[in-house]
Amino acid sequence: MSITKRFWISLIFSLPMLIEMILKPFGWMMPGGEWTMFTLTTVVMVVAAGPFLQSAWSSFKKHHSNMDTLVAIGTTTAYVYSVYAMATHQAVFFESAAFVTNFVLLGQVFEDRMRNNASNAVEKLVNLQAKDAEVVRDGKVVKVPLSEIVVGDVIKVRPGEKIAVDGQIVNGSSTIDESMITGESMPVEKKVGDSVVGATVNGTGTFTFKAGKVGKNTMLAQIVELVKKAQNSHAPIQGLTDKVSEIFVPLVLMIAIATFMIWYVFIGASVASSLIFAVSVVVIACPCALGLATPTALMVGTGRSARMGILIKNGEVLEAVNDVKTVIFDKTGTITVGKPQVTDVIGDKDQVLRIAASLEESSEHPLATAIIKKTNESNLAMSPSQSFKAIEGKGVQATIDGQTTFVGNDKLLNDVSVSDDLKRQMTELQNQAKTVVFVGQADRIIGLIAIQDAPKPTSKDAISALKSQGLKTVMLTGDNLAVSQAIANEVGIDQVVADVLPADKADQVKKFQESGKVAFVGDGINDAPALSTADVGIAMGSGTDIAIESGGIVLVKNDLRDVYKALELSKKTFNRIKLNLFWAFVYNVLGIPVAAGVFYFIGLALSPELAGLAMALSSLSVVTSSVLLNRAKITPSAEVA
Amino acid sequence: MKIVVLVIGLSVIGFIGWWFFGKHEVAAENAEVTDDRQVVNVEVKGGYSPEVIILKKGVPATLNFTRKDSSSCLDRVVFSDFGINQALPQDERQAVEIDTNKPGEFQWACGMDMFHGKLVIK
Repeated sequence: MSITKRFWISLIFSLPMLIEMILKPFGWMMPGGEWTMFTLTTVVMVVAAGPFLQSAWSSFKKHHSNMDTLVAIGTTTAYVYSVYAMATHQAVFFESAAFVTNFVLLGQVFEDRMRNNASNAVEKLVNLQAKDAEVVRDGKVVKVPLSEIVVGDVIKVRPGEKIAVDGQIVNGSSTIDESMITGESMPVEKKVGDSVVGATVNGTGTFTFKAGKVGKNTMLAQIVELVKKAQNSHAPIQGLTDKVSEIFVPLVLMIAIATFMIWYVFIGASVASSLIFAVSVVVIACPCALGLATPTALMVGTGRSARMGILIKNGEVLEAVNDVKTVIFDKTGTITVGKPQVTDVIGDKDQVLRIAASLEESSEHPLATAIIKKTNESNLAMSPSQSFKAIEGKGVQATIDGQTTFVGNDKLLNDVSVSDDLKRQMTELQNQAKTVVFVGQADRIIGLIAIQDAPKPTSKDAISALKSQGLKTVMLTGDNLAVSQAIANEVGIDQVVADVLPADKADQVKKFQESGKVAFVGDGINDAPALSTADVGIAMGSGTDIAIESGGIVLVKNDLRDVYKALELSKKTFNRIKLNLFWAFVYNVLGIPVAAGVFYFIGLALSPELAGLAMALSSLSVVTSSVLLNRAKITPSAEVA
Repeated sequence: MKIVVLVIGLSVIGFIGWWFFGKHEVAAENAEVTDDRQVVNVEVKGGYSPEVIILKKGVPATLNFTRKDSSSCLDRVVFSDFGINQALPQDERQAVEIDTNKPGEFQWACGMDMFHGKLVIK
């Protein structure tokens, strides 16, 4: 029989006794008196409380005890004593047994709902999946279910449709809403060659894409796997409750017996009232709130962060975040975009860019890529070039529009003339840690192009948000000090460690660990050792699989501001766990003496019914407090764009 | 009368201490391997029997949990190291697949972390 059914039955059969309790002062007595109460309570005991007894007995045989042990002993004691009292014409308290059963079941019904509520984050994620897709097979477009899509299938996506699996666009373009994966609400533009992620929603365009990852390998499937593991992981703080729950129930039983003996033997109370105190102790002490405190908060916290595009791998990470003092960043690809970009053009902008691009058109050098990208953005047409040749170690030259032109580095300066003004500007740009490219015509320099791997637009906000939390920020990079320092100054990093070989990154992290816990943020393969060495490894989602594997937290969106959010959310979740545990402990520690009648002489006592109600409320309040984590505010300073 | 109550009470306290805190043997079971699979049936009733399961490394394993206990304490089984959180409807056999590639000792627990079992993979 389900818990809900048991609850309703026990409620219906207890109601008459409740009514009697309320109406008694007005002189109303239940027809049949004690016999009716006996019958009603017997039904409640057999149908609703019976399963508690069975469960308690089978665990007793295994030398175990649980909350059912307490409920079973509490209600049975009240019931059996009342039967004895009825036979010997003394006051009975059948209603205690019935009401306690009622409240305990009520608590369990709610708790069940809440627990399902807390754990449905994974279900929500799984439901994001598309059910089917239109696949081109043998030249025809056919609809196939998700499970039949294989790698290499070409899939057609119409406006508003869900993308089925991960892949690359081969035809067409569109804007795609990726918020379900990244948490980023702005739709992203995608064209041929761009990758798309399963479960994201197509905007207004139509396109076809080639399936690259299906089934378990898709991004969504991996996220689901990660979240599942995280939600069921153990936080180290739980070790405490594990130990407590093992000894708690037997201890409570001992206290209850002692309570009875003290009241009956030493204080000289009647058997009935001594028993009531003992039963109250048993009923109030149920440790479910303790057991629920950590897992429910963990579930809600990791579930919520997953929806924001922040994957926290387990409870240990959550706990470690709490003591982080230093956040170390990798530079390239983490603080910076990772792709060099043209930042300044000196001279006749259009002409300088056009010439440089025409010369660099066929080059694959990263600097050339940056120049061509900039030229395309400015909508400049390139001119055809002839008699192209490389100037060894200095650059390239060619004839454009009948004139000799060249592009190259500062070694060219020995061969051609350059104005003092350009020289001054060159020094200035170099001081800003920019790489300067010279563009020339005939025998003189006509302009400069400055190129830099610029910081991401959000990096500065991200760093200042972290600093506002009193965290020390450090940049770790293989680049030279001048370039790194310039970028550090721009985004506000406290300390720079430059010229670090990839293999030494982990050692550097260790050094910082001497002065407190360290979080490391990185994305590349070379960051993997540092990510696993740090107390908290934060991997950028755009990074390599190895980096993501080594990180304790993965940021799906490639946004550095999520570092702050991740730390904040972890802290909030951990604090909620501590709060839950605190209340659960306080509740039990205070509840037991009150129930035992320690404060009886100042007029504070609990009847078994009230103890049952209080117990139900305590589990309920812990679960509610966990579910409320969904509403906890993440300080808006990180939200400022 | 009061002396009798006192003596009985104290002896019950003593019994509880011995029964729950004393050393008692737990049921352990080695998995049998048939057709490259190992299967163990676990009864869930006031705890788990067997409580300790020994699996062979590298052989796919299935644990069949059958909950015969109506307690809501036991209505889920959680293997935190494997990311498994399986609901156990009463009197229904639920198969839990265990990845046995990593050797070691792994705890499992009920949904409220009150009952524990141990998985040894070697």
